[in-house]
Amino acid sequence: MTIDAITAVLLAMLGGAIRVSTPFLFVSLGETITEKAGRINLGLEGTLVMGAMSAYAASLHSGSPWLGVLAAAGAGAVFGLLHGLLASLRRVNDIALGIALMLLGTGLAFYWGKAYIQPQAPTLSAFHLGAWSDSPALRSALDINPLFIAGLLLAFALHWAFANTRIGLTLRLVGDSEAAARAAGAAVIPTRIAATVLGGALAGVGGAFLSLFYPGSWNEGLSNGQGIMAVALVIFARWQPRRCVLAALMFGAAGAIGPALQSVGISSGYYLFNAAPYALTLLLMALTCSRDTSLKGAPGELSLNR
Amino acid sequence: MFESAVVVPGLETPHGEAAEVEVLNLTKRFGDFVALDDVSIHVAAGSFHALLGENGAGKSTLVKCLIGYQPADTGSVSVDRRERNISSPREAAALGIGMVFQHFTLAPNLSVAENLLLAQPRLPALLDWKRERAALEAMLAEMPFRVRLDALAGELAAGEKQKVEIIKQLYLKRRFIILDEPTSVLTPGEADELLGYLQTRTQAGKLTVLMITHKFREVMRFADAVTVLRRGKHVAGAKVSETDPQRLAVAMMGAEDAQPKLATPVESGHAAGAEVWQVSALTVIGDRGVPAVDKATFSVRAGEIVGVAGVSGNGQRELVEALLGQRRILGGAVSIDGKPYRQRRHEMQALGVRSLPEEPLRNACVGEMSVADNMALRSFDKAPLARGPWLRPKALAEQARSMIEHFGVRTPGPGAPIASLSGGNVQRAVLARELSEGTQGPVRVLIVANPVFGLDFRAVAAIHARLRAARDAGCAVLLVSEDLDELMELSDRLLVMHAGQIAYACPRAGADVATLGRYMAGETHA
Repeated sequence: MTIDAITAVLLAMLGGAIRVSTPFLFVSLGETITEKAGRINLGLEGTLVMGAMSAYAASLHSGSPWLGVLAAAGAGAVFGLLHGLLASLRRVNDIALGIALMLLGTGLAFYWGKAYIQPQAPTLSAFHLGAWSDSPALRSALDINPLFIAGLLLAFALHWAFANTRIGLTLRLVGDSEAAARAAGAAVIPTRIAATVLGGALAGVGGAFLSLFYPGSWNEGLSNGQGIMAVALVIFARWQPRRCVLAALMFGAAGAIGPALQSVGISSGYYLFNAAPYALTLLLMALTCSRDTSLKGAPGELSLNR
Repeated sequence: MFESAVVVPGLETPHGEAAEVEVLNLTKRFGDFVALDDVSIHVAAGSFHALLGENGAGKSTLVKCLIGYQPADTGSVSVDRRERNISSPREAAALGIGMVFQHFTLAPNLSVAENLLLAQPRLPALLDWKRERAALEAMLAEMPFRVRLDALAGELAAGEKQKVEIIKQLYLKRRFIILDEPTSVLTPGEADELLGYLQTRTQAGKLTVLMITHKFREVMRFADAVTVLRRGKHVAGAKVSETDPQRLAVAMMGAEDAQPKLATPVESGHAAGAEVWQVSALTVIGDRGVPAVDKATFSVRAGEIVGVAGVSGNGQRELVEALLGQRRILGGAVSIDGKPYRQRRHEMQALGVRSLPEEPLRNACVGEMSVADNMALRSFDKAPLARGPWLRPKALAEQARSMIEHFGVRTPGPGAPIASLSGGNVQRAVLARELSEGTQGPVRVLIVANPVFGLDFRAVAAIHARLRAARDAGCAVLLVSEDLDELMELSDRLLVMHAGQIAYACPRAGADVATLGRYMAGETHA
């Protein structure tokens, strides 16, 4: 491989990392909020797919991709609300409920989405930050999508809000110790429901990215479990929004290896390289979750802690 | 027979200073059980009032009714001589009444500063950390003890957590603080420091304290007045200066029960025998991934009880779990009678290793299985309880009946699920299994952890007698306990664990509580 080819692969991986990481970023930030409040919503895979479908449909009918993003957030919030309310019932396990909602979300999205597989909806356009360069590889790598930037800002905003606002502190308190929250007079259940709604809305936006930017169309194989991987990523990021960015970029880069190699003509093992994010998930989980150490930094009320 | 009101004259209550609380004719029933029977107490403003009683005497019920955690059936509460209807802890807080619970209410992944801040009833939407920190530090500067504001609450030792809980109440400017056995997780030195500070606050008329306790030493040293409850009834009330521990103990336990508790510890009549088990350089990993037991070396002889003292969280739990095979051993070795012991079931059977772990229902029983089956857990697969692959239900039932009779286990029958028994009877059932030799071979080694936690006086005496009897029969006993009195009463030798290490060892005869306390607190290094 020549130097040029290596540069091209690295640039393609950088661009790919930013592109592919965006849905991971939104879903993991959403799940971070939910888990900080003490609940696990495994249904975000379904929310992601539902968001993708709603975004595409809304964009097609209204002609505005941003209305599509809004619709996705709304659909995600509805799923979050469903999870939040049902998980508040006595003897309902949030993890089992999440799996049920994951199946419901994907199922409903496929059912309602049949009509949107063919037509072409208006999609989001990127900021061309690489316009100054005459290298097409660099230009394409620097085509940054607006949702990635929004996600980046959101991650830092969340990091700040968790430490410096009453809402942020209360959310962490509720997720860390229900007894302490009750003693402090915090509204435990409403806070958890609100956190799940917000988490769902963000996962919906992640879905909007899939159907409205990259790959930028609606079909049933759109997500391929990215919602589930993003939940795993939260554990790897130790429930810290800024580490979610790092983790999402890492997963994005791993996901971009296959297409990047293909772009310079290496297509043997394409499917093997496409499995990189899944292998990475396994590897990270094996490395970070050992039997003898409990999950440091995990909110105390998570059911994986009890 | 008593005069409950102990009014300290000259302490009329200006607002914002110590509060006066009076409880009148409180009664609380749970079904047919009368938890509180027409109890009245008067806690004068600026007093340090102790509430004494055995487990189940109604102390917790009384204070829970007082702060509105649960409603009383009848009776009234007055604060500063005005009758108040307190129906939630929040309403109590509004009146300046706060409580420190026995179980900590700190969020483990939040810092101490965040935990303190969150206790405020009105928190601004945006936090001005600079200002809040300055306020916290100013308040801490007035106190005689330090806490690390930036440490995560979960990383604090139990004693530090207790301090933070009390600081939280002071930070909220409470005028009346209820403490529920505040010193159970503290070393004697820490306890004195905390209670001493609260005492100066009460003497200055800034604060009133109502403290649930069962330690006479603390009552005599810090309290002004004391109320004794027994079986839900107010049985005694007095100024501390006018009573003594003997009289309080008699009131607490009833005259006929008080004798054994006050008796001096019984010396074992004979010298200890040969070393039965050796633990050398034992290292065990804790939940957080760092060694919880760090190169612990000790030995236990036949016919002696070796007591392990220490503030909870210094590796005692992990030590016991490792010795019982519940936790992986990272380094070091354990041998019994010179043979390696790797916590396998066949080794336990062959070497005669038995145990009474803490929370026996969780650690030594299968809750849904019957009493008889639980009593056979160590030997159900051997004759005479089994013949080949088949169990012999008659033999099982017979063994259970004999154990139930010999150990006085109160159970509806051998077939009842063991989880339906009371704590003391679960303890007796497990002890029966662990100490019976009939079908299981001789008992050589006994590992015991907090054996009387949460038990009433009668059960405590019975279990202590069993442990002594096992010792006198030549068993090598390791007793881990958080109760120093219990260790002083039973042990022949004492070890102190601190930060996972054996910090100190001495024979009981020469042991001095103050010295032990210093080693428990880690103030001295051996």
